[in-house]
This record gives sequence, C-alpha cells and structure tokens, in this order.
Amino acid sequence: MGEATRIRATAKDGQTEVKMLMQHEMETGQRKDAAGNKIPAWIITDVKVLHEGRTVLEAQFGTAVSKNPYLVFRLMGGVKGEKISVLWTDNRDDKRMDETVID
Amino acid sequence: MERRKALKTGGGLGLLGVLAVLGLIPGLAWAGIGRAALEAGNLSDAFDALGVTIPENSELIRLTVPDVAENGAVVPVTVESSLAHIEQISILVDKNINVLAANFIIPKGVAGFITTRIKIGQTATVVALVKADGKFYRASKEVQVTQGGCSA
Repeated sequence: MGEATRIRATAKDGQTEVKMLMQHEMETGQRKDAAGNKIPAWIITDVKVLHEGRTVLEAQFGTAVSKNPYLVFRLMGGVKGEKISVLWTDNRDDKRMDETVID
Repeated sequence: MERRKALKTGGGLGLLGVLAVLGLIPGLAWAGIGRAALEAGNLSDAFDALGVTIPENSELIRLTVPDVAENGAVVPVTVESSLAHIEQISILVDKNINVLAANFIIPKGVAGFITTRIKIGQTATVVALVKADGKFYRASKEVQVTQGGCSA
C-alpha cells in the first residue's frame, strides 16, 4: 500500500477548497532503464473524493499526470469539522484511502 | 418491511457503497470514461473516445499554463470555467504519446475549477475540454518545453 495522501480542506466564503498531494511514482511505461529495458507503467488510474460520504470529484489519470499527483478543486458549502476522504487505485490494484476534516 | 426500509435509507455509504468505492465489486467499474480515451495517441482519437465531435472554443474557459516550462515533468495547469452546468473537465496535450492527461467528473455543487500538474514531453498545445449542459467546449494554449517530461 502506498504512502498517505496529504490533504488540506479549507472552508472560506461559502466554498471549501480541497488540496491534495498523493504519493505515487506515476511511471509512464515509456522510459527505459540503463540496460535498455522498458520500465513498466505504474500509475494511479482512478481517484475519488468524498465529502461526508457524497462523491464530489472523480478523476481518471493517464500517464501524463506528474509524479506525486497534486490536485486542487472547490466544492460549494462545507463546514468546519466535516469529513473529506480521498481514495485512489493504481494499475497494480493498489488502493489507498485517506481522510481529513475541513478546517 | 422495517428491514427493507432500513436497507433503502441506510445512512451515507451503505456496505455496497463502501465496497463499490474501494472497487471490490468485480464488474462495477467507477463511473467515467473508458481507458481507451486515456490511451489515445492523438487529439482526434481522444475526442472520439470521449464522445466529442468538434468542441467549440469558449471564452468562458480560462486555461492557465506557463508560456515556457523549463521542466516538462512538472507543469502546473489550472482550468477554470464559468460555463453553467459543468459536468466534466479534461486536460489534453496534443504532442504527448497519450494525449489525454486527466479527466475529471464534476458533480452538482462543485465549482468548475481544477488545478493539477502534468508532464509535457515537448513543446505542445494544452487543451482544456469542458463539458457543460451536455455540450463540449475548449480552450487551448501552447507551452514551450525546454527540457522534456520523461517522454510522457
């Protein structure tokens, strides 16, 4: 299982800004190692963000998302103390779920 | 009958919901686009896979990318749109081997705003594709890459 996603959710002016930094290699599958062998692709393919159990963002990643994917988005409403959950799954079927509360 | 009611109204994420989000139920893929779109090798194939004909340019989409990226492996991208009823935002790079970098499903109650970081293999045009009210719109901007992004 990968390392924890760092998440910060801040409520301001009736919106909640959610910032997250996932820890993942995001290997494209297009690079070769020193011996000339292709390094296999290893990427997060799907991300889901929940606000108190309701889906507020779904993302599908291709190979061009940078290493340690960074995402920011904004949802309407959101109150201090409410839960934000970030789930991802990668092409090796590794999964991770991390949570924070709105600040 | 009480039990049935409880099942129907089971709070928040029921067991099924939890299993579904963890992807533990075979054959119940997460909603969204197919992987084919993410493997498309040019813009027109990606548009086809996304079900887009020719998206209109829209001034209501603001795409923020650097004019010049010294490091193509980490290029910040922000897409912001004031179009009504936004359902989906996609970020594409026309010269990348896989042109579709990422796709985002935007439900009701979520702003038309996404920031992320992508890899750009060589000087290319970044396209922000926004689906709003069932129609597709786009905005594009060229990014000059001085050092490639590990052939993204």
